[in-house]
Amino acid sequence: MKNVFSKLAISTVVGAALTLGVVAPTEAARVVKKGGILNFVVGSKIPSYDLHRETTFGVIHPIRPFYSLLIRVNPNNPSSPTDFVCDLCVGAVPKGEKGFTEFTFNIRKGVKFHDGTPLTAHDIVATYNKIIFPPEGVPSSRKAFFKMVESVKATDDFTAVFKLKFPSGAFIPAVATPFNIVVSKKDLDTHGYNWHKKNINGTGAFTFVQHQPGSFVEGKKYANYHIAGKPYLDGYKAIAAPKMAVRLQAIRGDRAAIEFRGFPPKARDDLVKALGDKITVQESDWNCVLMFTPNQKRKPFDDPRVRKALSLAVDRWGGSKYLSRIAIVKTVGGVVFPNHPLAATKEELMKLDGYGPDIEKNRAKARALLKEAGQENLAVDFSNRGVDQPYKVVGTWLIDQWKKVGIKATQRVQPSGPFYASLRKKKDFDVSIDFNCQSVINPIADITKFLGSAGNNYGSYEDPELEAIYDKLLREGSEAGQRKLVRQFETRALSDQAHMGITLWWYKINPHRSYVKGWKIAPSHYLNQALDQVWLDK
Amino acid sequence: MIPTLIGAAILVFFLLRLIPGDVCELRLAGTGLYADPAQIDLCRTNLGLNDPVIVQFFKFLFGFVIFDLGDSMWTGQPITYEIGLRFQLSLQVAIMATVVAIGISIPLGAISAIKQDTWIDYVVRAFSIAGIAMPSFWLGILIILGLLILTQAWFGTPWMPPIDYVAPWDDPWRNLTQLIWPAVATGYRYSAVATRMTRSALLEVLREDYIRTARAKGLLEKVIINRHALKNSMLPVVTVIGIEFAFLMGGLVVTEQVFNLNGLGKLFVESVLNNDYALTQALVMVVVTVFVFTNFIVDLFYAWLDPRIRYS
Repeated sequence: MKNVFSKLAISTVVGAALTLGVVAPTEAARVVKKGGILNFVVGSKIPSYDLHRETTFGVIHPIRPFYSLLIRVNPNNPSSPTDFVCDLCVGAVPKGEKGFTEFTFNIRKGVKFHDGTPLTAHDIVATYNKIIFPPEGVPSSRKAFFKMVESVKATDDFTAVFKLKFPSGAFIPAVATPFNIVVSKKDLDTHGYNWHKKNINGTGAFTFVQHQPGSFVEGKKYANYHIAGKPYLDGYKAIAAPKMAVRLQAIRGDRAAIEFRGFPPKARDDLVKALGDKITVQESDWNCVLMFTPNQKRKPFDDPRVRKALSLAVDRWGGSKYLSRIAIVKTVGGVVFPNHPLAATKEELMKLDGYGPDIEKNRAKARALLKEAGQENLAVDFSNRGVDQPYKVVGTWLIDQWKKVGIKATQRVQPSGPFYASLRKKKDFDVSIDFNCQSVINPIADITKFLGSAGNNYGSYEDPELEAIYDKLLREGSEAGQRKLVRQFETRALSDQAHMGITLWWYKINPHRSYVKGWKIAPSHYLNQALDQVWLDK
Repeated sequence: MIPTLIGAAILVFFLLRLIPGDVCELRLAGTGLYADPAQIDLCRTNLGLNDPVIVQFFKFLFGFVIFDLGDSMWTGQPITYEIGLRFQLSLQVAIMATVVAIGISIPLGAISAIKQDTWIDYVVRAFSIAGIAMPSFWLGILIILGLLILTQAWFGTPWMPPIDYVAPWDDPWRNLTQLIWPAVATGYRYSAVATRMTRSALLEVLREDYIRTARAKGLLEKVIINRHALKNSMLPVVTVIGIEFAFLMGGLVVTEQVFNLNGLGKLFVESVLNNDYALTQALVMVVVTVFVFTNFIVDLFYAWLDPRIRYS
């Protein structure tokens, strides 16, 4: 009896403590150390400070910590492709009302921009109107993400309402995109739509100190940050280092503690070998995929049998095992990011041409298809980008794979500028390396890449059937229905028509100094970069 | 000078446009994220890339004449600001490398010539040939790896030079610890060329009649070398030093990458890779100007070294 009472008493005390918030959250229990400057290296350049118009991680890593988002990927669970939390809103992320066509966000009170201006719903509305409905002549790189949005309005000072033209599962992930930083309406009204290219005024965890172009960006702690007790750091310095060898040495020599994009396996191994437990490694699947795109304007690549043969020749399961030892690719997948609920299971993948486990059987089928198409001695002009990881590594691997079914590919490697001119304008290739690399995992938006009508599709084809499947998918509300349609889409794009061939999804490896705590790897190098959670165990 | 600058301007403008691709495609589509063709076209319009090439050329030429280099197509910052930031670092590295090179090359070249065909001469020649044969960026990589490995072995913690620039007046020690290594790496190669030039020029002068006369008069060898031979042998050495100095101002492309120096060479590479026409054009003009100006200074040195030379 006494025992029962003891248990009851303990349960009551614990329950009460939890209710009253006496028990500290997990993070605090880890005894977070405050202070210090985080130095990190960035392998890309800053074009402008305006994230609404830019597309590179080179601007996300140094500039994103100055801003907040309306909602963001859960920083405590960034590996989940579906876990979003409020940043400048309060409560749960809205699920949608009126048949999933109206989303009401309650805006957090008491938030101030770095210049002291209080944040209201009007700032949210001004921000999203700039992104979705920019005035003529004002660039917005993610305007197309919001094709489903009809209007964005503030019903009062702390309520912002998005009305959609049709329900779409792509809406919430699009809002959480880290480029959608919230800016002040006052700045837009006073200084115009180009002001944010060269100026910064956000509500993020850090305030801007200085930027030495080509060298570094410095930020310091924002004392009035809207999440109490954060950020933990006193500041940070984002150091530009375009060469991977320099970034690696910088971590080894402790000139930088971390690089947020990712290193190849060899670099990870070298760092671990040199520094032992002073290095911590975080790894994750990466929302980037390398593909090969046949140019269907050129013969014989207008023939699905030839395209299918290209895909059947590739040993994806073997590549995953061996190529992942030297390159930043690993996971076998279809059109959707492998860990997403809408992604194909291994069994579903194996039903697609080119994904079967028996590579010899696949290659025999490829040879038969080439023979049937009269292309037994097929020669391919293969265009590739002059970037080692993973383009040149995967490109060289592909040539070897195709050779095994008698296809002779000649690789033409060009620097990024001429490569893009080939891919987008000149279209002077038989097959080109192609890629899809997105931030927030948003399958319904991401798979538009496979539509012949998409601005970033370089296969030069029209496929009304594929477009029709996508159209249904866009309007499908239930996850089960979406999943079924994605499978249809995938089968047509990768197997029946083989418009494109997927190689392997990228694999993100982040070795960093072990004293960096609180940062969790996400499936994209664009995500979880607010730095408000990061602290230094020094 | 002016025809040289105009010729360079025409050449760089049209050659750049032969490179396929443009800055907008790279900026908006180069990351693999969704790229809206309308946005790419808008970017081109905003940067003037949709204007006829001849219009773009005259805008560039006019801007150059009125010293308005415009804005970088990649960052949108004024080009004078972008270049000014890097010029300071490149100039400091060039000066430091020149000091290292002069400090090594003139004494070694002179000793090598005086002790011709002795073991000292052989060692100096081997040292200078190694300097010519070894790319400075490779030496730079060895220096960094050596520092990391040796400091870890000796002190338990690997050390490498800082990778972000601090001006010498803000923190002279940190500035020196960053720039001394690239100065040594480039200065060594630079000194190797100058050492060989000093040796051969001094050998030639030492065989002149007036040196024989000086020796016959009983002058001390030290006086003959320092006062009569060395100064007269400096003409070709000064030429080499001048050309190398100008080259260092824009040509340290790989060494700057190895040491992560934010100099003109790195900016040059980035602007070409980004198809940033405006910045590349401006950088070429800056480097051409540096070359022309350095040659002018070298010509002035000639007159000081050899009183027979006069410019009318």
